[in-house]
Amino acid sequence: MLRFATWKIVSILGMTVLAFLLIVPSLLNPQSRDAVIAHMPKWLPVRAIVLGLDLQGGSHVLLEVDSPSVVKTQVENLRDDVRRILREEKVSIAGGIGMEPRGVQFRIPDVVERARVMPKLQQLAGTVGGLTGGLRAPAFDVSENDNGLVRISVTEAGINDKIRRAVDQSIEVLRRRVDALGTTEPNIQRQGNDRILVEVPGLQDTSKLKEILGTTAKLEFRLVGEPGEDPNDVEPLDQVESPGKLPVEKRVMVQGEDLTDAQPGFDNRTQEPVVNFRFNIRGGQKFGEVTSANVGRPFAIVLDGKVISAPRILGPITGGSGQISGRFTVEQANNLAILLRAGALPAKLTIVEERTVGPGLGQDSIDAGKRAAYVGAILVVIYMLVTYGVFGVFANIALMVHIAFIFAGLVLLGATLTLPGIAGIVLTIGMAVDSNVLIYERIREEAHMGRSIVSALDAGFKRAFATIVDSNVTMFVAAAILYFLGAGPVRGFAVSLALGILTSIVTAVTMTRMMITLWYRYTRPKKLPI
Amino acid sequence: MKLLRLAPENTKFPFMRFRRVSYPFSALLSIVSVVLFLTWGMNFGIDFSGGTLIELRAKSGPADVAALRDIAEHMDVGDVEVQGFGSPSEVTLRFGVQPGGEGAQEAAVNRVKEAIGNDYDIRRIEVVGPRVSGELVQSGTLGVVIAIVAVLCYLSFRFEWQFAVGAIIATMHDLLLTVGFFSITQLEFNTTSIAAILTIVGYSLNETVVVLDRIREMMKKFRKIPTDELIDRSVNAVLPRTIMTATTVFLALLSLVVFGGQVIRSFSLAMMWGVFVATYSSVFICSPMLIYLGLRGEGQEPAATPEAKPAKASA
Repeated sequence: MLRFATWKIVSILGMTVLAFLLIVPSLLNPQSRDAVIAHMPKWLPVRAIVLGLDLQGGSHVLLEVDSPSVVKTQVENLRDDVRRILREEKVSIAGGIGMEPRGVQFRIPDVVERARVMPKLQQLAGTVGGLTGGLRAPAFDVSENDNGLVRISVTEAGINDKIRRAVDQSIEVLRRRVDALGTTEPNIQRQGNDRILVEVPGLQDTSKLKEILGTTAKLEFRLVGEPGEDPNDVEPLDQVESPGKLPVEKRVMVQGEDLTDAQPGFDNRTQEPVVNFRFNIRGGQKFGEVTSANVGRPFAIVLDGKVISAPRILGPITGGSGQISGRFTVEQANNLAILLRAGALPAKLTIVEERTVGPGLGQDSIDAGKRAAYVGAILVVIYMLVTYGVFGVFANIALMVHIAFIFAGLVLLGATLTLPGIAGIVLTIGMAVDSNVLIYERIREEAHMGRSIVSALDAGFKRAFATIVDSNVTMFVAAAILYFLGAGPVRGFAVSLALGILTSIVTAVTMTRMMITLWYRYTRPKKLPI
Repeated sequence: MKLLRLAPENTKFPFMRFRRVSYPFSALLSIVSVVLFLTWGMNFGIDFSGGTLIELRAKSGPADVAALRDIAEHMDVGDVEVQGFGSPSEVTLRFGVQPGGEGAQEAAVNRVKEAIGNDYDIRRIEVVGPRVSGELVQSGTLGVVIAIVAVLCYLSFRFEWQFAVGAIIATMHDLLLTVGFFSITQLEFNTTSIAAILTIVGYSLNETVVVLDRIREMMKKFRKIPTDELIDRSVNAVLPRTIMTATTVFLALLSLVVFGGQVIRSFSLAMMWGVFVATYSSVFICSPMLIYLGLRGEGQEPAATPEAKPAKASA
């Protein structure tokens, strides 16, 4: 008991100093924080602790890729591919191509033709998994029966692959869109296979955010259908400006992908808010060609399946730029410009969960959490003091360092502090002294059995340690499971609980032991003070 | 300085004798909890039931709950639950999932915002779709099950199997009684409540392990003492620690309940109850279980443990 290696003392003191250095920036207000950080050693990862959305206020929105719409697009693309192949191979089919929820079917009566075209159709299936390797499974299932009925359906693997890619693309698009809102450090990440989590701190009005997140923004320029056209090539679409549907050609002239820029502005004549856009070279040429060939006809500007406006082509538009007007408000024009610049989402996204905390409530929660932590700590400190006297002082010093370690751990991990996280820390204040209590009570017991002071101290630490490890492991298991299954604030709780369990072993066991050893060495007491 | 001692020294309480009272008593409470859960149910928050929660604070003076109820009836969002929340100026509105897909939730929130007008600040809005809430129920239940299984594995590895079984039964008991607590108090049950339950599981095991550890140690030391007396000695030996720890944790939780704010109050209250139940079960449920399970195996002499025999037969 009397020996306590100097290197251990040095490293414990070193860790303590380091921990306090790490948490200093979080305790300061933002102005003085930067000045202090500038004076800190460069190798220290100094930064202020990250507050969760429940504490600093902000919006948390969980979006889900609409799988049915992904499947639908996939089936439509499949139909187009099949049609192209049949045309190229000059194969005739009986009846049309039948659409099924998850695939297409058609009949090729001629055996020879069918044999010729089947390998081509098989090639369509391809594989998913791509260059990154992994499991390779066909994206489509191709089958035929003796009647000449060919059926191609989308496989589960194919759908999942598409959804995964849609999520990846959507994250990029959403990032560009949210960045345009000009808020600080939005966090956008994939969650599970088909979900995207968007967290925007400090945002108060969420309606704009949700509008920006929930809009697909698929822009198309199409010709308005004319009487006498094949009804299969035309579809009626809703209009934004006026009631009733407008027949619009299914063929798309130019798409939103071909835009290079979109800016809000005002129309020169009407002073109405508009969106000015520019095409890239391909889009500009295409638009020029189509407008030259169709002077006098109206064309429709279609956004997400709705006609925004349908101006008449007055003459060939070859400059590669244009204007969208649609009785917008200034804000609508602004939003549309942002959406067009960021690009369209590859699939429809729906909001499945939304949590918004106002800054007022966040601040109140911080205040309440602080108050609870202070009061809790003071109560525990006094209680330890009156129960264990000088040993209580040691336990209390260890407790302070324990709290500093938790915060330093949060800073190092870059973890977020949430309200349940604060609750977790307050709980570990109670739990951390448990180790001290176990040790002290054991020391008392050993002393009562007639051991000498040194021997009682030694036995107390040694025997209690086994119990401390066992009980902490079980608690840690619960915390770890919470971390992996929980979301958001609950995760914050798990992190601070787990950190607290780990640091309490260092502080309540090793550090207390150090203090008691030093105390014994210098005072040489005749009697245990507990 | 005179030091404070809450626990008397060198106690010799015959804890194991209480098992004839504690077992029926706990069994009754567990059954009541299950019945309450099935009949009365829990006050599931929107995390689990899906729906919308809006927290408001009156810009001046106390919130007019009656007037808000009146407004709420005409908002066309189904049944709206209007409740005071913490201070008199704060109110929460809660309503279920709106029919008509995800866009309908959004529209309902906007309708409510308009109806409430300018007298209130909106402090918090939470919208949880039905699919998400279903998954939260799943992952919550899964978490509790995995935790119990994982700890069972750890304990069987570290201790004899009887210890593991005893610990798990005690933990299940705490779990049931916590469910009963949520049911009878009608505290809102949400994701933080799941966190509370898992922490209670952790704490309960923590308590149990401390007692079991001592029993194991005593077992090696005193090979001749009958099991129930051995357990009594162990429990008495750790009693000061049990009381001391329970009070410190209780103090920390008390400050959370009083000062921690309304948002985590249900969490703190549940934890407080959990600490109480866990302390009780580690002494009165888990430890006697070792007697029933025949801890000493073939070394257990009938003469040495007279009351273990009939109890074993009835268990």
